[in-house]
Amino acid sequence: MPLVLERRSERSATIAIASPLIAIALTLATMAVLFAILGKNPIEALDVYFLEPLTDPYSLGEIAVKATPLVMIAIGLSLCYIANIWNIGAEGQFLVGAVAGSWLAVRTNGTDAGHWVLPAMLLLGALGGALYALIPAICKVRFGASEILTSLMLVYVANFGLDYLVRGPWRDPHGMNFPTTADFDPVATVPTLIEGGRLHAGAILTLFVVMAATVLLGRTIMGFEIRLVGAAPKAARFSGFNADKLTLFTFAVSGALAGLAGIIEVAGPVGHLQPDISPGYGFTAIIVAFLGRLNPVGILIAGLFLALTFIGGENAEIAIKVPLDLTKVFQGILLFYVLACDSMIIYRIRFISTLRKPAHADV
Amino acid sequence: MRAISITKRYGSFLANDGIDLDLFPAEIHALLGENGAGKSTLVKTIYGLIQPNDGELRWMNRKIVLGGPSEARELGIGMVFQHFTLFENLTVAENVALGLAPTESFASISERLQETARLYGLPLEPKREVWRLSVGERQRIEIVRALMQNPKLLILDEPTSVLTPQEADQLFVVLDRLKGEGRAILYISHKLDEVKRLCDTATILRGGKKVATCNPRQETAASLARMMVGADIGEVKAASGRDVSVPRLVIHRLSLEPDDPHGTHLDQVSLEVRGGEIVGIAGVSGNGQDELFAALSGERLSPSEGAVVIDGLAAGTLGVNERRRMGAAFVPEERLGHGTAPRMKLSENALLTGHAASGMVKRGFVDKPATLATVDRTTETFDVRKAKRDPEAVSLSGGNLQKFIVGREILREPGVLVVSQPTWGVDAGAAATIRQALIDLAGRGTAVLVVSQDLDELLEIADRTAVMFHGRLSAPLIAAEVTREKLGLLMGGAKTGEEPSVEEASHAVGA
Repeated sequence: MPLVLERRSERSATIAIASPLIAIALTLATMAVLFAILGKNPIEALDVYFLEPLTDPYSLGEIAVKATPLVMIAIGLSLCYIANIWNIGAEGQFLVGAVAGSWLAVRTNGTDAGHWVLPAMLLLGALGGALYALIPAICKVRFGASEILTSLMLVYVANFGLDYLVRGPWRDPHGMNFPTTADFDPVATVPTLIEGGRLHAGAILTLFVVMAATVLLGRTIMGFEIRLVGAAPKAARFSGFNADKLTLFTFAVSGALAGLAGIIEVAGPVGHLQPDISPGYGFTAIIVAFLGRLNPVGILIAGLFLALTFIGGENAEIAIKVPLDLTKVFQGILLFYVLACDSMIIYRIRFISTLRKPAHADV
Repeated sequence: MRAISITKRYGSFLANDGIDLDLFPAEIHALLGENGAGKSTLVKTIYGLIQPNDGELRWMNRKIVLGGPSEARELGIGMVFQHFTLFENLTVAENVALGLAPTESFASISERLQETARLYGLPLEPKREVWRLSVGERQRIEIVRALMQNPKLLILDEPTSVLTPQEADQLFVVLDRLKGEGRAILYISHKLDEVKRLCDTATILRGGKKVATCNPRQETAASLARMMVGADIGEVKAASGRDVSVPRLVIHRLSLEPDDPHGTHLDQVSLEVRGGEIVGIAGVSGNGQDELFAALSGERLSPSEGAVVIDGLAAGTLGVNERRRMGAAFVPEERLGHGTAPRMKLSENALLTGHAASGMVKRGFVDKPATLATVDRTTETFDVRKAKRDPEAVSLSGGNLQKFIVGREILREPGVLVVSQPTWGVDAGAAATIRQALIDLAGRGTAVLVVSQDLDELLEIADRTAVMFHGRLSAPLIAAEVTREKLGLLMGGAKTGEEPSVEEASHAVGA
């Protein structure tokens, strides 16, 4: 029984909503098989991964802390992806944003600088991320270089740059030779929301970004431009929109959001600059963007779900002794299923009877 | 070849509904019908590209099942497609070799190619790369390639839609000769005069069903049209007493390099379109019409601002939206992907050309009700048929979408309208609506420029017609002077005296 993909006359709204859910279900099934192969009880493993974190308030708070950078980065990335522009280097922009903002924190460390420090750091972080993101954008617009490659490569450059700074010029002289800066001053730290918890004001900022993106995409001419350039580039040109300008714009915005997420992470939960400030937020955010259907509210939900996998992975490492890398396997499988299910929005599967020979197009 | 009760379903849509067709040797059989009548489906079935859901094919009284076009070719069925399947960067001989059995050596293919070409008076230079060739020459490659397989049945899908009248005449000579050799020819067209002239039998399809098989020479063009459409087509009426005013669109010595390597260089194009008149630009496609449209719409900017003047203001270096704000409107040839974003709603497609100059955007925010109002007004004024109020563009039929696109621009009451192939691939009813709308618009004082390959269309609505050839534009001819023959000669480049050398050779051989 051969299968054929048949184009639907209109996008299926039902599938558009169901697709991420189907993808998650398929991922869970696959994970269960993986757990079984590893000799673990699949039910127990999935329980540790996905249910336990939801039952305890500390873990819930941690999920929100992890979701904050994921969602903020993914919102920026979604603007690029909707416009068919491929920023894969959010991880690098995240790091550069963290470094740019930290510069001020390091400079003012121990002085009696006032409350202007944190806002200025956030601004610098966003600016740093934006400028760093503009490098691949300009290379694409000016020289036609593939932004996928250049933005990805720049991740490693940022990684080594950060490494150099915290091991060299910015290292805390009293830090027992650990590669880290001194802890940031209170005026250079993102305030927490609940006394004693780690949930911080960055979460509020992220919610604001989600709302702003919803309005931008749904209501404004700018949002229309982003969608049109992605959906029909020639029609966008006919509509008077300049694809090059949009490439620069979306890269700058996504870089700014990634950079902002970076400095918030450093000035918030981490508290100082060190090499491993990100467990791959910039890459996981790509999955978040697609799992969330490139829709701001969807991204919020997807971000919380992916954060759950981080926390669940940490729990599972301790509770049932599975490697932490399983979380990455899990995230990869999820992205695969999401993209596969997405084709069902535009196509439908049909079985054709084997009574007749299939037509082979021969041109 | 007999096709008996061929039925093909696509989902719930019946593309072919129990169609019978008998093809005999030494006969040219026309397959007539509007777009969407099921012609392509039927011939693809006969050529083995599509498997019918029901019905059977008989070849010389033997039942056959075709697994694919290669099996059809083995039996002796050849086909020349409307859209050529040629590789631009390969030579003529290489393209032909690709379509033939891999057992034959390249040298022998080249030789046979030249011999076949000479035999039928279809001159071809085997070593030329395809992108250098005119559309007519490309079609010759397809025909020669089909003939080299010595087919007993040759199928031609709308072969004259890309030819000048003179090139079409040459093609008819070749077809008559093939008929004389005892071959059967299935000739797909919607041009009635052609069919009347050339064909012995005609089968007419409408809405997937066979309407009749008749002798076209005993029918009138009107009776054939009635069978095709199923009703009389309203005649397009010229607006009485149109006042021609000042030039509203001026193109002044516009020269422009193409932006893709196989494009056409625009060479000193000049033209004036006055308010209240319709000027046509004829020409075989690929002679610079696309480049001219892009230069007029502002999708490509001209080197000097005076090269394009809209209502007295230099606009050559201004973008699409600035030109729209000056009162210009544009309808590109390609409906899906250029004129509209296929997967976006009609309201969003109204915004596509309306965001700059039609008050649909307030302080950066889209006025959704205003875009919907445009959809509703267009629907009402131009009778756009659709399943719901605001569907995706791709779900509309070609004719309805074209009415929407043209209507969207006309409702803005533009001072200048540039429209490319306004009725290409559109059913007769929609075509009449659109042509009437263009005439009425000119009647209200707009300067209308129509780029079209369809000479009948230009003869029907244009007050003056110029011809584009190799990126140059001839001086416009006024309607009273225009004949098909004159336009045809210009479309072949008569006045520029730049006959390609291959053409010269052909006359020598043919003589």
